[in-house]
Amino acid sequence: MWEIRLHGRGGQGAVTSAELLARAAIATGKFAQAFPSFGPERRGAPVQAFVRVDDKRILKREKIYEPDVVMVLDPTLLDVVNVAEGLKPEGIVVVNSSKSNQELKEKHKWPNVAAVNATRIAVDILSVPITNTTMIGALLKASGILRAEDMEEVILDRFGSKLGPKNFNALSKAFEVTSLN
Amino acid sequence: MSDLAICAWQKLELGTAITSPGNAAELRTGDWKTLRPETDREKCIKCGLCSVYCPEFCISENEEGYYPADLFYCKGCGICANECPKQAISMIMD
Amino acid sequence: MTKAIGLEVSLAIAEAVKQANVDIVAAYPITPQTHIVEELSVYVANGELDAEYVPVESEHTAMSACVGSSAAGARTYTATAAQGLALMHEILYIASGMRLPIVMTVANRALSAPISIWNDHGDIMSERDIGWVQIFAENGQEAYDLTIAAFKIAEDHRVLLPVCVNVDGFILTHMIEPVLFIDQKKIDAFLPPFKPAMTLNPDKPVTMGPVGVPEVYMESRKQCEEAIMGSRQVVAEVFSQWGQSFGRDYKLIETNGQPRAKVLFVTMGSQGETTMTAVQDLSESGESVGQVRIRLWRPFPREEFLEAIAGAEELIVIDRALSPGVYNGPVAQEIKALLYEQPQKPKIHNVIAGLGGRDVTVKDFKKMYEMSRKNELDPNYTIWGVRSDA
Repeated sequence: MWEIRLHGRGGQGAVTSAELLARAAIATGKFAQAFPSFGPERRGAPVQAFVRVDDKRILKREKIYEPDVVMVLDPTLLDVVNVAEGLKPEGIVVVNSSKSNQELKEKHKWPNVAAVNATRIAVDILSVPITNTTMIGALLKASGILRAEDMEEVILDRFGSKLGPKNFNALSKAFEVTSLN
Repeated sequence: MSDLAICAWQKLELGTAITSPGNAAELRTGDWKTLRPETDREKCIKCGLCSVYCPEFCISENEEGYYPADLFYCKGCGICANECPKQAISMIMD
Repeated sequence: MTKAIGLEVSLAIAEAVKQANVDIVAAYPITPQTHIVEELSVYVANGELDAEYVPVESEHTAMSACVGSSAAGARTYTATAAQGLALMHEILYIASGMRLPIVMTVANRALSAPISIWNDHGDIMSERDIGWVQIFAENGQEAYDLTIAAFKIAEDHRVLLPVCVNVDGFILTHMIEPVLFIDQKKIDAFLPPFKPAMTLNPDKPVTMGPVGVPEVYMESRKQCEEAIMGSRQVVAEVFSQWGQSFGRDYKLIETNGQPRAKVLFVTMGSQGETTMTAVQDLSESGESVGQVRIRLWRPFPREEFLEAIAGAEELIVIDRALSPGVYNGPVAQEIKALLYEQPQKPKIHNVIAGLGGRDVTVKDFKKMYEMSRKNELDPNYTIWGVRSDA
């Protein structure tokens, strides 16, 4: 089972990312859960969302304390939250950052890192610095949980015919340029 | 409550509903009065105010246009006598 | 019924209500129930559901409107949580006393104060005696299935009582997970149109909810008591029909893990699934442990429960609600009272866990098990994980 914890700030779309991932996984026939850290959310406050993906039925309803993958939408969170808390020894941190994998790995002592400058990609393709769909591309590349094309249908469904293709392009671009470690 | 409801629980209507409409009309409310209204036809102007004020709704117009009380329901409260603008109604011993 | 789709459980519940083809939805939005009734209002607004959506100014009015519409013969639905359920309180008794088959989702949430929007069972446990059939769902699929089944149970002329389906707030209502939807034609075959036993009809007048003088009130209560007691059989029948029609079998009391295990967890609601993982892990390491899940809470399925726990030495009864001042949570009280007359009584550990949205994890369940084996749990009840200076 994959256990993924998403870190973002209220309004950045971490909860939507979680939802899209789970819906796409379920559409491929897998079992998945996605849920927010429940409660009232202030725009800009650090928030978490959680995703589980497995090939068999998931019998667990608790937050994710020991994730396999952590995904960070906003680089400024690294100074505020210990995003790698509880990360499994072989776990992966997928992070929106302009820094290199190596630099981040050394600085934060993370076991595995997949950094991507998602803000740049999002601004270029979507014209807004909203990185939630872009970061899914990086997450999939680093983990192999799903193929990038598995996301297309849910993204088009969620964002419609105008924004949908752009979001999928941003995701595909991140998938293309991201590398692990 | 109708006597019909004094029955075994199995015979009660669903949710204790009352299925015989208007059965409250069978209840004689006028069986305990000491005074009853009597109208002086000389004074009565047939205005009908007594029927408007009657709390039992038991005063209604007859064929001649007067307003006698239905003594089956009249409790003898005297409101009609009190409200009559011509003092045409007096309360007398039943 | 082909492929599971991933969606929020609240939306699956709204879909179930739509597919049940309700005539009236009267509801007041309250977290964490909001997404259900929002979605239903969309269905009504865009014509997907031919029903009246009654936007009311409070839950008291929501339930009052439901009483009126159900009495008029309409298939009626509402949903609420916590303070909203509490505000409905007096009308909940009227709905059952008048034998109105309303269906309600309770998105279980803790009662204030302090203000909590998060999950526990305090809301429904305060309404144990309302005379409604009360069912608990463990996951999104069950929330969908049981919502549809609830109408069939409620409207059965042997029952004619309101039914509430309890769904853990946030933990289920806000979860995105796979749900299999059933084809509308199959649902229509399973759930025919509502045939009320009595309606408000000017051509055949009736008085519903009249005064019940002392000479009648007790018989009236007895009638309701017989109806809810008798509903147990109907719930079992409807669950069994559901299994035959759609392949997912539901029981009044569900079990999991080793049959005739020494130690059994007793759970209700979504915690049941997390417990399953703990039970599986413990079983794999050689422990004799199993699980009993209470699906039907009212009427309490006494025989089925006794059968499920037969032979067990210890029960770890999890309560997601506190019953202040009586040493045990509501579920443990129920079970202890039930066992009083039994010749063989297992030892009972009562654990109050997960109040106001506190996470209860696989590790927690394993630790409860471990502590029960070492006799470290309080003989009365343990309020799990509470910080203390002592």
